[in-house]
Amino acid sequence: MLRYAARRLLFSIPTLLVISFIVFALLDLAPNDPTAQLPLTIPPETRQTIRESLGLGQPFHVRYFRWLAQFTINEPLNLAERLWGIEIGNSEGRLRVRSWSTRAPVVDLIAARLPQTLTVVGVSYLVAVLIAVPVGVFSAYRQYSIFDHVGTFVTTVGFSVPTFFTGTVLIVVFSATLGWLPSIYDTTHRVTDFDSFVYQVRQMVMPVMVLGLYNAAQLSRFTRSAVLDNLNQEYVRTARAKGLTEPVVVLVHVLRNSLIPVVTVIALGLPSTFAGAIITEQIFRINGVGQLLIGAIESADIPTVQTVTFIFAVLIVVFNLLADLLYGVLDPRIRYD
Amino acid sequence: MTDAVATIGAQHRSLARDVWQQFWRHKGALGGAAVFALIAIAVLFGSVIHGVDPQYLDYRAKNQGMSLAHPLGTDNLGRDMFARVLAGGRLSLAVGVAAMVLSLTLGTTVGVLAGFFQRLDGPLMRLTDLFLALPVLPLLLVSIMLFRDPLRSVLGPDVGIFVLIVAVIGITSWMQTARIVRGEVLAVKQREFVLAARAVGTRPNRIIARHLLPNALSPITVSATLGIAQAIITESALSFLGLGFPSDFPTWGRLLYDGVPFLGLTPARVIWPGLAISLTVLSINYMGDGLRDAMDPRVRRR
Repeated sequence: MLRYAARRLLFSIPTLLVISFIVFALLDLAPNDPTAQLPLTIPPETRQTIRESLGLGQPFHVRYFRWLAQFTINEPLNLAERLWGIEIGNSEGRLRVRSWSTRAPVVDLIAARLPQTLTVVGVSYLVAVLIAVPVGVFSAYRQYSIFDHVGTFVTTVGFSVPTFFTGTVLIVVFSATLGWLPSIYDTTHRVTDFDSFVYQVRQMVMPVMVLGLYNAAQLSRFTRSAVLDNLNQEYVRTARAKGLTEPVVVLVHVLRNSLIPVVTVIALGLPSTFAGAIITEQIFRINGVGQLLIGAIESADIPTVQTVTFIFAVLIVVFNLLADLLYGVLDPRIRYD
Repeated sequence: MTDAVATIGAQHRSLARDVWQQFWRHKGALGGAAVFALIAIAVLFGSVIHGVDPQYLDYRAKNQGMSLAHPLGTDNLGRDMFARVLAGGRLSLAVGVAAMVLSLTLGTTVGVLAGFFQRLDGPLMRLTDLFLALPVLPLLLVSIMLFRDPLRSVLGPDVGIFVLIVAVIGITSWMQTARIVRGEVLAVKQREFVLAARAVGTRPNRIIARHLLPNALSPITVSATLGIAQAIITESALSFLGLGFPSDFPTWGRLLYDGVPFLGLTPARVIWPGLAISLTVLSINYMGDGLRDAMDPRVRRR
């Protein structure tokens, strides 16, 4: 197991390197000029100096390795310094990936946006799991019942209807017509007392539900088929023959075995939920990481786009690895050697 | 009726007939196929009946509700929404089908090559894994930002964006098909009839075309069906983020995006395109489910 984990970890490093190269190279093809927004009165020599100060004078491979080093070595060092309040080496002179439009380090921008995204994505994913697992288990247990038929129909509708449509319909109904919920997510809102907590809940209801129900639809279909696979197994008959009660058979024996694939799918689905949050953030005007990416794309802020895109790739690789390892931990029948 | 079917079945029993019968019995699939056919016919031939130019501006009739002249109302420039939804649907379906064809071609090629030629298996599957690890939505947005203007200046504003969107969706969605086809090819390759074909000296490309591809047809058909739905969703998501088709050649996603600022005034501008996307995707998903069941030999032989 440990050897397998180490091997998978080692294999993910070249994958990430290749992806980082693709992301960097693709964006480096961009035909735009970071000084194009500046006033026309600036003489060409000054423009060239500005361009060089942004690190654009060097050849491609130098810039690529600098970006890679800044992202993988300098920024983790900065993070460690901030977390433990220590100083490692020359922290002032350390180069950082800087945004072209704000001149602030990209990692700081992301750190400022991350809590909003994490709140919405985390809560919505939790809601999705809490809805999907009971619905999936009950649908499978009462296969072909009315509950199962309705549930299957609702989940099929749920993952066919795109989030940007459900989101706007919810805004039409609950914000524009009924006026119950705010349509814009206020990220400057601080929870200090009970009233502000209620407001926070009200502004989170719609984004969380939109993202959560979409994920719940997919997860519950998967849970249902995983439970169905297990319900016909011999060990279930044995458990019933021993005289165990139905709740024990279903909730202990069947559920534990069915959840093995479900847990890995939950882990695999988290990165794509982050990507899906790009759209949800756009609908409800949440200034999270997704909106940072969209804004950076619109203003051609290449370093920010490169870094955010690469972070999404890192998330995918890390959660794939996690899912593989979880599978091995949860299911002792799986041997990796 | 049952007897007639039975006698026909006794005379001739082909795979297509079996699949068709099973598909016919699947109520959801049949409903999905009917709805999808209805949408496709409406989108393709609707302009014959409703002959209003989707680009015609009529300022005096702006922001109207439903009426006989404008069945779905008008937008803020007085353009007829029904005509726009029909025109948008043509574009949305065209993008969906074209992107599906591209992704299917790529996926099948990679899958067959990886499954048939042992030496290519490792590298091609690593490539597939790599593509699966790419963050698709951010990369789609980035590549549209990069190549939109160059392609537009070369191919014209409408063809340029169409080619770009179809290409980027196709290139980032072939991986599942490749995996499925590879698995199927690996399984079929070991069977006796392939060995026999090889023994009589059939060339590899002939074996692939005559023996392997027909046997991998069912999973390919299913992923083709679901691929159209996925491509339509992806395209409308891109358009919704403002990085898809422009307002002059709107798809359903773009119509929805353009309607969002007028939510309070004319919510119908968001509802109709959104309903069109959702119904299309839902009907295709039901068709895909039915096809999968119909083509599953374990289900079919019952």
